[in-house]
Amino acid sequence: MNRSDFPMLQNDLIYFDNGATTLKPQTVIDEMVDYYSNYSANAHRGDYDVSLKVDKMYENVRDKVQKLINCAKREEVVFTKGATESLNMIVFGYMKYILKENDEVLITKAEHASNVLPWLQLAKEIGIKIKYIPLDEQHELTLSSLQKSITDKTKVISLAHITNVVGDVRPLEEIGKICKAKKILFVVDGAQSVAHIPIDVQKYNVAFLAFSAHKMLGPTGVGVLYGRYDLLNIMHPLQYGGGMNNLFEIDGTVEYKNIPTRLEAGTPPIAEVIGLGKAIDYLLDIGIDNIHKYEVQLKEYAINKLEQIPNIKIYNKHSQSGIIAFNIDGVFSQDTAVYLNHYHICVRAGNHCAKILKDEFKINNTCRISFYLYNTKAEIDTLVKVLEQSENIFKIVL
Amino acid sequence: MDPITRRELMLEHYQNPVHKGLLNDKEYIKVNTHNESCIDNLEIAVKIEDGIIKDIRFDGEACAISTSATSIMIETLLGKSIDKVKEIVQNYENMINEENYDEEILGQLNVYNETYLQPNRKKCALLPFDALKQILKQIEKEK
Repeated sequence: MNRSDFPMLQNDLIYFDNGATTLKPQTVIDEMVDYYSNYSANAHRGDYDVSLKVDKMYENVRDKVQKLINCAKREEVVFTKGATESLNMIVFGYMKYILKENDEVLITKAEHASNVLPWLQLAKEIGIKIKYIPLDEQHELTLSSLQKSITDKTKVISLAHITNVVGDVRPLEEIGKICKAKKILFVVDGAQSVAHIPIDVQKYNVAFLAFSAHKMLGPTGVGVLYGRYDLLNIMHPLQYGGGMNNLFEIDGTVEYKNIPTRLEAGTPPIAEVIGLGKAIDYLLDIGIDNIHKYEVQLKEYAINKLEQIPNIKIYNKHSQSGIIAFNIDGVFSQDTAVYLNHYHICVRAGNHCAKILKDEFKINNTCRISFYLYNTKAEIDTLVKVLEQSENIFKIVL
Repeated sequence: MDPITRRELMLEHYQNPVHKGLLNDKEYIKVNTHNESCIDNLEIAVKIEDGIIKDIRFDGEACAISTSATSIMIETLLGKSIDKVKEIVQNYENMINEENYDEEILGQLNVYNETYLQPNRKKCALLPFDALKQILKQIEKEK
């Protein structure tokens, strides 16, 4: 990994908002430009050479995703718009037809809106019950709390592998074992994790996994839905149209294609899928485990320094990822973010789409720093220096 | 206005805003406002009698610009007629959006005359006024 691989880093900025989206290496950009410049045809259609090349390049990415998450079959990988769409497909294309009134789904208050709102909507539609597993005093999920929350009505546990504000890493292997023993479907939101910590969907007994390309060095507009073959095979498409059918007649006879194509109606985001493939190459070349170790190192380094600043409150010192949620005493988080922006430091302020986490934090808004593989200790030093001088904050923001 | 006076006035209204805290009074018309970053969360309540702004109160959490603008807006609009308020709101919006406006009518609200230099803060300065406009619309509907 070289910082020079990332054109955005040539600009004068310190990018600490990787939880929102990551920067893209030149190889990903070039790969997409190559598609548009040299073989820009549709997929799954033509009998001419460039179209065949599109098919090959597009389908090739399924194999790369399979390798990344270690699923059993390449057909278990569906390309979607992103993690949000993937989660909606899981809830409204599968769970809606499987779950019954009063069946229980376990989530937590630290989940992203995408792993809360579809469930709340399904509860309105078919009367399932959404239960929140209590978090510990660090706002993290513990296995004992999870086990205590399971009843004989629990049919689904749906959790982020890494949460987007607290940044705690959930013990997927142990949760997967519990789910297997109790015949519970285990849904994993991998948006903050797939490019940050290794995942093995078979080993962890994951039924469904959702993630987005743009949070893993890839382009916007594409993501992945993984589903175990037997489950995915009975998922109802949420979209019908070209590309997903074998035949249809005026009398209403319709025959759909097999998965995954059945679940990818319309022309897919071809350039983006191919770009995602290049992003996976980049990540696997470095090794996801190495990325995780480096992020945890950066966080420890930052926490040690930030703790020395008296007016900084940190909400998640101990979680083992690259995410830090903090506030300056008496300063609204958005003012802190605007202040840091003055020094070209990009952080996110707000509730980070985890709107029910406020019940846990007892505060509505935080500033979030989220590191990635191209961040450096020197950048953290700059951040610390700026935060040390924060008594000047209103001279800057007003 | 020199930058130090401007900052001091905003900071004073941010740290000690006027009319903070809602009253349990049904005569107030209340709206909640969130700006598009979904971070600010202000409730604004207005009491109108005979076409005159009798009281404005607010509560909630917001950045220094939104909070101070709310406080200064309240001070400026108290006792004014609805027609006058509409004129002030229009001129204030024009100022924030770099259009022609009447400096005189805005009084202390002129402290935001350079907010346009930070385009990402325009929404913050407009937040309480957006809420007020919602309330004025509501009143017109009820007429």
